[in-house]
Amino acid sequence: MNIHLTDEELAFRKEVQDFFTNEFPKDIKEKQDKGIYLSKDDHVRWQKALHAKGWAGINWPVEHGGTGWSATQKYIYANEAAKANAPRIIPFGLTMVAPVIFTYGNEEQKKRFLPDILASNVWWCQGYSEPNAGSDLAALKTKAVRDGEDYIVNGTKTWTTLGQHADWIFCLVRTDDTGKKQQGISFLLIDMKTPGVSVHPIITIDGTHEVNEVHFEDVRVPAENLIGEEGKGWTYAKVLLTHERTGIARVAESKALLASLKRMVDAQNDALVNMKENTVFMTRLIEAEIELKALEYTELRVLSAVSTGKAPGPESSILKIKGTEIMQLLNELFVEVAGIYALPYVPDQYRDGFEGTPAGPQFAAKTSATYYNNRKVSIYGGTNEIQKNIIAKQVLGL
Amino acid sequence: MDFSLNDIQEMMRESASKFIQKEYDFETRRKLSKSEMGYSQKNWELFAKLGWLALPVDEDFGGIGGSVLDTIILQEELGKGLVVEPYFATALLGANLINKFARDDQKETILENVIAGTQKLTLAHSEGHAPFDLTQMRTTAQKNSNGFVLNGIKSVVLDAQNADMLLVVARTSGQSGDKNGLSVFNLTPDTAGMTIKGYETNDGLRAADITFDNVNLDETTVIGELDQAYDAVHRVLLEGIVNLSGEAVGIMEKLVELTAEYLGVREQFSAPIGKFQALQHRTADMFMEKEQAKSMLYYAAIETAENAEGFERACAMLKVRIGNAARFVGQQAVQLHGGMGVTDELSVGHYFKRLTCINNLLGSRDYHLNVLVKEAQ
Repeated sequence: MNIHLTDEELAFRKEVQDFFTNEFPKDIKEKQDKGIYLSKDDHVRWQKALHAKGWAGINWPVEHGGTGWSATQKYIYANEAAKANAPRIIPFGLTMVAPVIFTYGNEEQKKRFLPDILASNVWWCQGYSEPNAGSDLAALKTKAVRDGEDYIVNGTKTWTTLGQHADWIFCLVRTDDTGKKQQGISFLLIDMKTPGVSVHPIITIDGTHEVNEVHFEDVRVPAENLIGEEGKGWTYAKVLLTHERTGIARVAESKALLASLKRMVDAQNDALVNMKENTVFMTRLIEAEIELKALEYTELRVLSAVSTGKAPGPESSILKIKGTEIMQLLNELFVEVAGIYALPYVPDQYRDGFEGTPAGPQFAAKTSATYYNNRKVSIYGGTNEIQKNIIAKQVLGL
Repeated sequence: MDFSLNDIQEMMRESASKFIQKEYDFETRRKLSKSEMGYSQKNWELFAKLGWLALPVDEDFGGIGGSVLDTIILQEELGKGLVVEPYFATALLGANLINKFARDDQKETILENVIAGTQKLTLAHSEGHAPFDLTQMRTTAQKNSNGFVLNGIKSVVLDAQNADMLLVVARTSGQSGDKNGLSVFNLTPDTAGMTIKGYETNDGLRAADITFDNVNLDETTVIGELDQAYDAVHRVLLEGIVNLSGEAVGIMEKLVELTAEYLGVREQFSAPIGKFQALQHRTADMFMEKEQAKSMLYYAAIETAENAEGFERACAMLKVRIGNAARFVGQQAVQLHGGMGVTDELSVGHYFKRLTCINNLLGSRDYHLNVLVKEAQ
C-alpha cells in the first residue's frame, strides 16, 4: 500500500508542469487568477492549446486521437491543472458526447464528428433534462417522429449549459411511447442552426446566463444523425453518465480552492474581520480539510482499482456526493471570509475589461457569485439524493 | 500508487477472518467477556501460533517486522469480531514500545516471551487529565541512592489486571510540558506499593486504575534510555491511533452490513423497512461515513509507515475523522434497528459501545480537533 509515483509518472508530471508554465495562454491565466469570466473564445483557445499538445482527448482511446492516459496520469494532470488554475474543459463535446460516438457511432459518424470535437472546432451542448423530466429523466417527452429520411423533433430541453454558444446538441428523444419508458428513447445529434431550434436564456441566482431552455418546433433532423439503434438511447446515456466517474469528485479543484482559502485567511486583510483568530471558523476550515483529505484518498482507492484492471468498488459511488458537498462547503467558507464584502453585487467587477475601483478586496468580488452558482453541483448530474438512492439500491441492496 | 494488499497482509486478513467466522460468534464473545479473566487463554495461544503477536516486532528479534499498514489489516478483522483478547495492549502498545525503545538485551528476553504468547504487556501512560499528551503527566519517579521512588496514578490502563508486565511512563526529570525527562519502567504485578484496581469497561473489555505509593524501583527496571522516552512512547501512541482506527473501520463495516441486512428483513407497514427512502438515505450516509473513514485510515497509515513529514498531523486528522464516522455509524445503526438496537441481546449495541470507547481512547475527536485548530491559528 503506497501512493508513490513511478519514475515515468514523475517524468510525466514534470512534462505537465512545463506545459502549464509555458503553454497556458498568459491572458487566460490572468483572467482565471483574477476571477474574471472567460469568453467563448478564451475557452476555445485554451482547448486548442491542449489539442496542439495532443492532450484534448483525455478520456479518449489513442486510435481516435486521445491520450490513452492511465488513471494515474489523469490524476496527475488534474492536480497540475488545478494548481495552475487552468479552466475546466467544457465537457459536452470532449468528455460527454465523444465517448458515445466512439463507442456506439458508425464509422461515418466517427469520421464526421470526432476530429472537430477533438480540435474544439465545434461547440456541443447537452439535451437531456426537460421541464418535466429531471431526476426522472426517463420520463422525457421530446418527440422524434420518423418521416422518410428524417426525424421530426418537437419538445423542450432545459438546463442546457452554454447552449447559447453551441453549434450542435446531443439529445435524448422519445421515438416510441408504447413500452417501458426507458425503452423508447433514442440518442440523436442535432445541428443548432436547423430551422425550428431556438435558445432561451435562464438567468441563475448568481445573475449569470449559463443555462438555457432549448425549444424544438418541427425540427427536421436527418436520420443519419441517430447514434446506434433506435430505442437504445437510454443504455448509451447511462454509459456516458458512468464514463468518467473517477473525475467527478473534482478533488484537485477543491484542493486548489482550500489552498487559496488558507492564503486568504493567512493574509489577514485589514479591510476584513480576522478569521484566523475565530476559532469557530477555523474549526470548520480544519474539518473541511480533513473531509477533503479523506475524499482524496477515496479517489485514490478508486484510481488504484481501475489502474490494476479492477472495476471501481462501491467507494466510487460516493465521489459525486462528497465531492460536491466539499466544494460547496469551501465556497461557503469563502463567503464567510469575504464578510461584509460578500454583499456588493457589482458583476462588472468580474467581467472582462473592468477598469473601475472594485468594491472590497479583489478575491471577495466573485465569492458570492461562485457560492450561489455552485449550489447547482449537488443538483446536476443526478441530484445527491438520487445518488443516495443508487447507493442504497446498488451497493447496499435495499 | 497501489492500495492492494501484499502477501503478508492478505495472509493476516484471511487468517483473522477465518478465526472470527469459526471461533468468534457473538455469543462466544459474550461469554468470554463475562468470564473472570475477560478473554480466552486458548485464543491467545492461537494468536501466537498464527504469528499475530510477532507482527509488530522486528525480524532481528524473532518478529515479522510489520508496520501499521500490516497491523491495521489485522485490526479491521478483529474489529468485525469485537475481539476481547488484549492484542492491542500487549502487541500494539507494549511490544511495539519495547521493540522501538528497549535496549537489545531487554528486547531479547521480553519479545521472545510475547511472541510465544507467554507474557502479556500493557502500557501505563494515561492519566485522567492527559490521555494522550505525555508531557502533561503527573506521575513521577524520583531518583534516590537505591534507584527510583514512583508516585502517582495511572488511569484506565488497558488490560492491566491481566498483564505480566506493566510499562509505566513517569517523569524522572524536567518540568510539566517538557518532552525531555520522561522514562519507562518495567513493573511486575506484585510490585510492593502498587495497587491495581481493575474493572470492566463499557465495551466488555478490561482496564484498571493503578496507584503508585512510594514504589521503590531499582535501576534495572528502567527500559531503554533514562529521560529519553518521549519520542518512542509518543510514536507508539500515534500508531495506537492508527491501529484503533483500523479496528473502528472493521466495526463500521460490520455495522453497515448488519443494518442493511436488518432493513431487508424487518417489515412494517407491510413492507421491508429498507424500502423507505428516509432509511435508505440514512444507510447510504452510514456507508459514506465508513468509506471516508477508511480512506482517512489509509492516508494516515501510509504517512505513519513511511514516517512522512507531518505524519503526526495525519494521525490527529484521522482521530477526528474516525470520531465523526464512528459516532454517526454507531448511533444510526442503533437507530435503524429500532427498539432491538438498544437491547443487550443484539450485537449492534455492543459494536456501538466499542466504537464509543475507541473514540475516548488516546484523546477524543474534540481533543485532537482542538489541537489542529490551535496549530493553524
